[in-house]
Amino acid sequence: MQVLFTLCGLIAVGFVLLITIYLVISGIPAIRKIGLFRFLFGKTWAAGQNQYGILPLILTSLYGTAGAIVIGVPIGFFTAVFLAKVAPRKVANVIRPAVSLLAGIPSVVYGLVGMCVLVPALRNWLHLPAGDSLLAAIIVLAVMILPSIISLSETALEAVPREYEEASLALGATKLETYFRVSAPAAKSGIAAAVVLGIGRAIGEAMAIMMVAGNVANMPALTRSVRFLTTGISIELNYSQDGSLQRQALFSIGLVLFFFIMLINAFLNLVLKREKED
Amino acid sequence: MRRKLYEMTGRILLYGCTAITAGLLLFLIGYILLRGAGGISWRFLSTAESVIHGTVGILPAIKNTVFVILVSLMAALPLGVGAAVYLTEYARNRRFVAAIEFASETLAGIPSIIYALVGVILFCTALKLQKTLLAGSLTLVIMILPTIIRSTQESLKTVPQSYREGALGLGSGKWHMIRTVVLPSSIDGIVTGCILAVGRVVGESAVLMYTAGMSMAMQSFSPNRLAGASGATLTVALYHYAKENADFSVAFSIAAILLILTVIINSAASFLGGKLKRS
Amino acid sequence: MDAPILSARNLDFYYGETHALKDICLDIPEHNITALIGPSGCGKSTFLRTINRMNDLIEGVKVIGSLTYRGEEIYAPDRDVTDLRKNIGMVFQKPNPFPMSIYDNVAYGPRTHGIRAKAKLDDIVEQSLRDAAIWDEVKDRLKKNALGLSGGQQQRLCIARALAVRPDVLLMDESTSALDPISTSKIEDLTMELKKAYTIVIVTHNMQQAVRISDKTAFFLLGELIEFGDTEKMFSQPEDKRTEDYITGRFG
Repeated sequence: MQVLFTLCGLIAVGFVLLITIYLVISGIPAIRKIGLFRFLFGKTWAAGQNQYGILPLILTSLYGTAGAIVIGVPIGFFTAVFLAKVAPRKVANVIRPAVSLLAGIPSVVYGLVGMCVLVPALRNWLHLPAGDSLLAAIIVLAVMILPSIISLSETALEAVPREYEEASLALGATKLETYFRVSAPAAKSGIAAAVVLGIGRAIGEAMAIMMVAGNVANMPALTRSVRFLTTGISIELNYSQDGSLQRQALFSIGLVLFFFIMLINAFLNLVLKREKED
Repeated sequence: MRRKLYEMTGRILLYGCTAITAGLLLFLIGYILLRGAGGISWRFLSTAESVIHGTVGILPAIKNTVFVILVSLMAALPLGVGAAVYLTEYARNRRFVAAIEFASETLAGIPSIIYALVGVILFCTALKLQKTLLAGSLTLVIMILPTIIRSTQESLKTVPQSYREGALGLGSGKWHMIRTVVLPSSIDGIVTGCILAVGRVVGESAVLMYTAGMSMAMQSFSPNRLAGASGATLTVALYHYAKENADFSVAFSIAAILLILTVIINSAASFLGGKLKRS
Repeated sequence: MDAPILSARNLDFYYGETHALKDICLDIPEHNITALIGPSGCGKSTFLRTINRMNDLIEGVKVIGSLTYRGEEIYAPDRDVTDLRKNIGMVFQKPNPFPMSIYDNVAYGPRTHGIRAKAKLDDIVEQSLRDAAIWDEVKDRLKKNALGLSGGQQQRLCIARALAVRPDVLLMDESTSALDPISTSKIEDLTMELKKAYTIVIVTHNMQQAVRISDKTAFFLLGELIEFGDTEKMFSQPEDKRTEDYITGRFG
């Protein structure tokens, strides 16, 4: 039996190796043909003209993720503090499952609502020719990372020992001062982990963004139609021919994305490790 | 004065942000149900799309979704539970355990579009499965494996050491002990893992769009034609109607169904999770 | 005798249905150490926590009767609780320094009460750490995390932290029960030193400790105050039979 169980474990490791190897093997050829520098820093992506520069995609992914974090993290953090510390139990018991529902809703549903509500609204408010834009994508991503930020930060805040808070109150601090100056700093590695996971989720999202970002490989600007690393793959995956340079370049984008994700994972492990040491 | 300002700002931020979150929740749920619920009827659920009659039905998408769930679980469940049993009951080599745990964490963090790429190149092309539900399901196996491993492992860890010692003390072999004592007492965790995995499969779209196809036609699931079945699951169907057909009322009806499924999956998982915590 | 700094008159306290303190009448004099003793669950800690209103944090508590600090009702509706707690500091059973630097721990209180100037904070931190007899041990590592200190040092740091807001009264809730004998005796010495400047109320389950350091002792049993008086007298000639039984170790 042991052999069988070991095999199962091996298969799990095998899958990661498989994915890594496949991504590298199929991602390298296009980069070699195009040239690493021209691939990473080329400003034009136009498969028809044999131009494969992904700088706009990289920048869009970075800006989009940063934007989602800037909007989503504060809202999520304050909601988490409210739920963990301030809210009456009854209120928290209504909001909490609703937040986990938000986490479970498929991303195409977010894309759909974004497409039908957000995109037209942006077009009208900002008087744009089209509402499909980086801004729309940022807002959708912010909403999508909100639940994981809330629930992870809440867990971290709830794990703060009551004694810390009592000590602060006994020194004459108000409850709010205590939450922000003692509880939140004490929960900082958990909250940091929540943020890092949010970054991972935002940078990896494809479908919802594909429905609201317009998908033109422009250099990013808030009101412009843009293409992310993820959507760069998804937009052309169905239309590229097997073995063509275009298809190979998509795998190279996958490799770049994979690299970003690994970077984020390594960072997350660092944060969690520091928490254990404390 | 300064303290009053601090207090007021803090309060505004706390209540304001929670209000934004709550408002968002209400809006999303309300809007989806309002726009989607009207279109859901028995015919919508029980027929295929018919150009001749001009009617829309999502039965094929439902069938495809169920098929993908079943196939991916059938493969991932034994693999995942096996890996978890190995990790908690057998593994001695620390490095190997660390490697498996690192692998499963990494798998959990990889975005689905990358799974889609790997699925396309590995299952659709290299293994010549083409764009089929089978290829999609196999790709999803890799994706849901970490979920099942993790939740099984967590519940295996809660089985008291004394149970194991009790069984071994009575002279039963290790595998017998695992089969009769350890696995039965961690069944809740395994089921929770499955439910979470089902949730991921139901919500997944990027992988399936590129590995399983987007057809809305009825597929044959008879054994000899199984390998050729190809089509859209609910999420892919939603995308298809919204983005390619611009038929938003159908899309919202599917969204409403997905929302209800999510509620069911979440409450089942939290019910079982609560039971797990108590025991 | 001067007017008492803390005074309870017919004080009743309820946790929901539980009647935790019954008709307490007690005057605590200034610049004294008053020990509250009694078996577990007798209400001594509850009484301590009514003084700085830490019991407010628990849902469903009710206070009836009068409890005054320098003549003013502690439970008056318009009472500023943060101001009350600034004047009545507390040291807890388990050392509970914040997970931040030693300096930030001590500076936390003054900062909360609006002191920002670096020089002033430095002064307060040094003075408080000196007053708590821990300055020499930590002066070279003020920026290090407080959780790296030993248990006894952590507790003295917590005392320093409480002193840094310049309180008037210091409440100590079994503050040595988690410590080893050497740390305990250091804190006892410190407490006796501090009574020159502060009024101190301690809860203790250790009768030797009450005898060693307190001037007054109050004996609680099942939520009632059984006896209150000079420590020396109470431990040599208790008036109540129950007090005698407790201090001679017949129960508790």
